[in-house]
Amino acid sequence: MSYLRKVLAIVAKDVAAELRTREMLSSMFVFALLVILIFNFAFELRAEDQATLAPGVLWVAICFAGMLGLSRSFILEKDRGSIEGLLLAPIERSAIFLGKMLGNVLFMGLFELLILPIFVVLFNLSAGDLPLLLGVVLLGTIGFGGVGTLFSAMAVHTRAREVLLPILLFPVMVPVILAAVKLTAAIFDQLPLSEVQNWLSLLIAFDVIFMALSFMLFDYVIEE
Amino acid sequence: MLPGERWGIALLVAAAWLMLIAVVLVFGVAPDPVNLTTDMERYAQRIFYFHVPNWWVGFLAYLIAAVAGVLYLTKGHERWDVLEVASVEIGLTFTTIGLISGSIWAKPTWNTWWTWEPRLTTAAIGWLMYVGYLMLRSAIDHPERRARFSAVFSIVAFLSVPITFLAIRWWRTIHPVVIAGSSDSGMGGFALGPTIGLIFFFCLFAFTALYFALLTLRTRSEWLARRVQQLRQDILYRS
Repeated sequence: MSYLRKVLAIVAKDVAAELRTREMLSSMFVFALLVILIFNFAFELRAEDQATLAPGVLWVAICFAGMLGLSRSFILEKDRGSIEGLLLAPIERSAIFLGKMLGNVLFMGLFELLILPIFVVLFNLSAGDLPLLLGVVLLGTIGFGGVGTLFSAMAVHTRAREVLLPILLFPVMVPVILAAVKLTAAIFDQLPLSEVQNWLSLLIAFDVIFMALSFMLFDYVIEE
Repeated sequence: MLPGERWGIALLVAAAWLMLIAVVLVFGVAPDPVNLTTDMERYAQRIFYFHVPNWWVGFLAYLIAAVAGVLYLTKGHERWDVLEVASVEIGLTFTTIGLISGSIWAKPTWNTWWTWEPRLTTAAIGWLMYVGYLMLRSAIDHPERRARFSAVFSIVAFLSVPITFLAIRWWRTIHPVVIAGSSDSGMGGFALGPTIGLIFFFCLFAFTALYFALLTLRTRSEWLARRVQQLRQDILYRS
């Protein structure tokens, strides 16, 4: 079996498990919706122009909801004992990492697709350059998924595992969130891309760094 | 007397003398900088002799922790784990002091204790990461797993150091750039005069000596704590 097929097999396993329960996607979606609604009325009293807050609210919603998905990612494997199966299977551990990461990015991407139109309507925005917006959201999600998968595999073996993951992950994610928010704001404001070129480079650079680090370190983290 | 003990005490005595001389130099010898006008700013400026070395030690400690993390993952010897946790703890102490001393300087200079500019923000986030490091350690009971996971985390968390260091060079900020080539001294940088420069580097040296003294002692105390743990277990299982 080629390396790519091994990775895709793990993604397929996660998708099949998700299709049977639909618990992860639905909970991420509802949670993100709640975050957006709460921000909407929390800011209503003070903010002059709510549209200026929109990019920040979007990324806070993505981060919080994504955290839910990431923390479930390995808890399911551990609690149901399927992690032993994964480790026994004749595949490289890096393939397990890539498979789990792709699965996480896929689930996050799906709920983001659901949440974006609602978000644009609620904040009364013009979506701007749609392919560009989707691209930025995808890049942000990839950065999130890389280290997120690594830390999720770590947090599952600790006490208070759901609590520890956000504490470990959020500070590390700051450069990615920061760049993604700046880029999203530029897209909503219809600024030319050349003005935020350095933020785009920063986002891509951190995606690459985080992916490479997580890919190399995952071997030391996965265990039964 | 254990092997590390004599070294630790010798280093500590040396560091104490160096720090004492540094204090005398900073408050007695160092001239007032020429570009500051009010007395308040001139007094506040002297914090720079402690603030910058403080952060230097913090970053050095995190670097050594990350290197120890790599060595632990590749060699697997417990001594690297001991070095790593000792270094992170010292680094966290120094960066905590650095955040506070920065605040004390910011009040008379910027007229605020804290402002959300890139250097301060990235520094605070880096600080939070290493608080997370200690929380991660305390949340894992199994010693070998704790060592392995915290080694992984110390490597990832080290990313915060170059980000904090480069923050004032990437973004236009109000935080002064001290270590700069002649090319970017135009961006709010300033050149150090010969006397100020000499005293500044003496302070850096004194703080570095203090770091290694603390590291030696903390490493030793960590070893002793683990030895006590081991002995306690041996006795419990035997009886």
